[in-house]
Order: sequence, then C-alpha cells, then structure tokens
Amino acid sequence: MARKGDVVINIERCKGCEICLSACPNEVLALSSEVNSKGYHYAIKVNSECIGCANCAVVCPDAVITVYREKAVKK
Amino acid sequence: MAESNIISPENLVYEKTSVMTDRILHYCPGCGHGTAHRMLAEAIDELGIQGDTIGVAPVGCSVLAYYYFDVDMQEAAHGRAPAVATGIKRMLPERYVFTYQGDGDLAAIGTAETIHACNRGENILIVFINNGIYGMTGGQMAPTTLPGMKTSTSPRGRDVATMGNPLKITELVAELPGTYFVTRQSVHAPANARKAKRAMKKALEYQKLKKGTCFIEIVSNCPSGWKMTPAQSNKWMEENMFPFYPLGDIKVPEQ
Repeated sequence: MARKGDVVINIERCKGCEICLSACPNEVLALSSEVNSKGYHYAIKVNSECIGCANCAVVCPDAVITVYREKAVKK
Repeated sequence: MAESNIISPENLVYEKTSVMTDRILHYCPGCGHGTAHRMLAEAIDELGIQGDTIGVAPVGCSVLAYYYFDVDMQEAAHGRAPAVATGIKRMLPERYVFTYQGDGDLAAIGTAETIHACNRGENILIVFINNGIYGMTGGQMAPTTLPGMKTSTSPRGRDVATMGNPLKITELVAELPGTYFVTRQSVHAPANARKAKRAMKKALEYQKLKKGTCFIEIVSNCPSGWKMTPAQSNKWMEENMFPFYPLGDIKVPEQ
C-alpha cells in the first residue's frame, strides 16, 4: 500500500492558479469557495488520498504547500 | 484523526527552501517565474553554496528577483546582467555567479552582452526565462514571440515577413566555443521542474570546474500576457511553444 501523506497549505500566500490541481495524481486538491484576504480562491485538501509525492509543492509557483509523508515501515 | 499524525517534523518531505526569502512573490498567479526561482534556489541549497553565490537580477518581470533569493544579489541595467556577472566573477572567481534574465532582457536589449559573455566563455550560469512576450510592460511582441502569435503590438499575429523571425538565442549561443553546457527546460509540470533543477545543479557544479558559460533556457508561460488562465497557458505552451523551442540538452560536455 502506498504510504500516506498530507499537505499543509499556506492559504494567505496562495493565488489560486490551479497548477497544483493538475499535478496531483489523486485529485486531492481543489479550490475553495471562500477567498483569502487578497481575494483569491485558495487550494484546499478535499480528500485523504494524499500519498506525499510533493508534485503539487514542486510546481506551486508561490511555494505555499508543505508536504509530509509517513515513514516506510521496515520489514 | 489519522492524517494529523502524519504532519510532524520527522515526516517532512518538502517545504520551501531557505534560499528563498519569505516575501510574497509579486508575479501573477500561475507564472513560471516562481517555480523557476525555487528550482534554482533548491539547486543552490542542495549544493550548500548559499553563502558563496552571487546573483545578478535583470530588468523585466523578474527585476525584483533580489527580494526573493536569500543570496547576495546585484541589479544590472537592462540586458547587461552577463556583463555585470563577468565583472563579479573576475573579481571573485571562487564565488558562484548566476544571472536570471527574461527574453526581453537577454534576447533583445542584451543580445550583445549575452553573446559576448558566452563567446568569452565567462564562468557564469545564465538562466534565461523564455515566455515569448514582454510580460512586465503589457504583453508586447518580443524577439522570441512565435510566428502568428498575438501580442499587444502584433494584434493580428506575428507576421514574419514584416516583423522578422523569432530568435532562437539558445541554439545561437550553443554554437559559440565559450559555452560548456546549454540546455532548454521547463517548469510547468513536476517532472519538468525536477529536471530543470538537476540541470541547474549540474551547471553550478560545472562552474566550479571553470569550463565556460552554462546557459539554461526555461520555456515558461505568461498567463497575463497571453490572456489565458494558468492551466490554459501551460497547455498552450505544450502545444505551441515546445514544437518551436524543443526541450532537451543542446550542448553537453564531452565525456
């Protein structure tokens, strides 16, 4: 089973460009209906399918995403 | 909740590199400059050369690059970044010196400086962001604008009969004996961004060997100038920019 991951999104820095949405293999991210203080719809996590691949964070032009991934269990 | 256990320092796999400052970037949403900045910053971070790196900022959208890189930075007059970098590198030959320039800066007003710095084989890294348009001043036609591409100064599309041909400056500098490593990358998708970072790391390593100029073109988007959403602009770039500006290494060092 794929290792689980999680993302933390700095919503105040997000500009809602949606580039992270297409980078995610599991459609974990979507844009919120709310806006941040600059008026941008920001990226949010909509399911728990994250595998911590960091694709979203790599392509985010504004570096708003921090990615965590659980450690591999040693057999 | 199970997920909250994952968010802990030992599970961290990706965060913004400390070579980038915490300033919010002034770029438009979806602009490739942010990712290109970060890939270069990560390359500097991974090589552990933050304290030994000096960057030269251009004129154009990325004029404020010195706010975002937490390394020593110098602003150059429009197009003159390779000349300024030459001076810095000659005075401080042990430092890693890079320029970060857009297509208007590097391929229009700074053509002479670019070509001569590359021909002299200055030991600098030139990062060239090509989005085929003058983004900062309102989307005017640039030397790199594609044939038929609409801009605010070519509203019916670039007509090569009257407006000339796009300039493939990366192929041009690859012909010069002074360049050592010339490559064309992009940062629009995760795999491409990671490849671009590897190229930047390689180029900084070559700089240490004093082999000549390293030149990295990043084909990028300009959602505001192209009048598209960021996702549309990336798709348009794949369909139109990449056939004309094919990605890949153009000049690699002989083994």
